[in-house]
Amino acid sequence: MHLPATASQTVGPYFAIGLDALLRDDLAPTGVPGHRVTIAGRVLDGDGTPVTDALLELWQANAEGRYAHPDDRQERAADPRFHGFGRVSTDAAGAFRFATIVPGRVPGPDGALQAPHILVGVFMRGLLKQLVTRIYFPDDDATAQDPVLALVPIERRGTLIARPEPVGGFTWNVILQGEGETVFFDC
Amino acid sequence: MHPVRQYRRAQPGTQPEYLHPAYTSTAKRSPTRPLVRMPQTLSEMTGPIFGHDAVGAGPHDDLTKQHAGEPLGERIVVSGRVLDEDGGPVPHALVEVWQCNAAGRYRHVNDRHDAPIDPNFSGCGRMLTDAEGRYRFVTIKPGAYPWRNHHNAWRPAHIHFSLFGRAFLTRLVTQMYFPGDPLLPADPIFNSTADPRARDRLVSTFDWETTQPEFALGYRFDIVLRGRDATPASA
Ligand SMILES: [Fe+3]
Repeated sequence: MHLPATASQTVGPYFAIGLDALLRDDLAPTGVPGHRVTIAGRVLDGDGTPVTDALLELWQANAEGRYAHPDDRQERAADPRFHGFGRVSTDAAGAFRFATIVPGRVPGPDGALQAPHILVGVFMRGLLKQLVTRIYFPDDDATAQDPVLALVPIERRGTLIARPEPVGGFTWNVILQGEGETVFFDC
Repeated sequence: MHPVRQYRRAQPGTQPEYLHPAYTSTAKRSPTRPLVRMPQTLSEMTGPIFGHDAVGAGPHDDLTKQHAGEPLGERIVVSGRVLDEDGGPVPHALVEVWQCNAAGRYRHVNDRHDAPIDPNFSGCGRMLTDAEGRYRFVTIKPGAYPWRNHHNAWRPAHIHFSLFGRAFLTRLVTQMYFPGDPLLPADPIFNSTADPRARDRLVSTFDWETTQPEFALGYRFDIVLRGRDATPASA
């Protein structure tokens, strides 16, 4: 039997009614091991205008590189306190912010390890289906050898790498169109 | 590595494209560069799994019982199954729903439609599917509402659905429509999917089995999440 997957439809402008109950802007409660970071940024449309009604969902492994999921059968320590899911929406300036820990390295397509990364799903009015992208971290030897980044034209890879701020934390933006357009994946 | 069965990619026409000019908001919000096709890794093939704590206490599966009084409008029961592409049930999956009230007004600061707020209706529900992938909730039938997409633009009555399956790749946000709605043929969002059969599957069916005597009409809406390929690929 084959049933085609149900068609996606936009989340629309009023998703807060249904989805705000599960907003999670801190993925790592106190005591979760790992290097704690905050990541903040903005979502911008094709005119460079901030998108004030976007929703971002995050999914990542713990500091050991283990996902809180039964299909992750790696022999690495799970952490019952770390779920790995986040959900944030943009504010009136199109800005979002969340806190987490840097994830460990997880296996890639050929078993070679991927660089630490956070999966991001993007939803908003005017998007008929989810956009999928990734946040990587800079200055990491692993990043240069990451099998997924290797698929991205070199001049666009920077859109996937969070930028450290002098005051601490990282900046990572979602640019939907044009100059610096974020790389989105078909997976 | 153990062999993994990758999640199926969409059949042509069964999912909307990002750019759909009739829906004007897609013009500045859809990517202009081609998506980078990548193999699925452990990251995409896992995803958040939610339990009863994500639903929380309260009548989250009865949107008519969340306030002191009953909301105005036609009470309905919506039920269905969440399945994968092989027809297997997706058990214990989180389903989030939201909608406007019977007058076509959302309880949201940005909704300026000149229709009354119903003090007894929030329009938000959450539930988990059971072991057979079934879900069910009670609500009132949402009204149609105007939007500014084009002249005299009206959204057909709909309920927004958000689902998590087993993986990040099975994530789905969609909308359920009602049978016989005269606004459907003119709605750019409903019509964003090319395949008419795929569109029709977004329309719920009136269902005697779900209909409860002396209580409410019932509508059935089955939802299919991405399934896995038949043959394993090397991990
Ligand atoms: Fe709506």
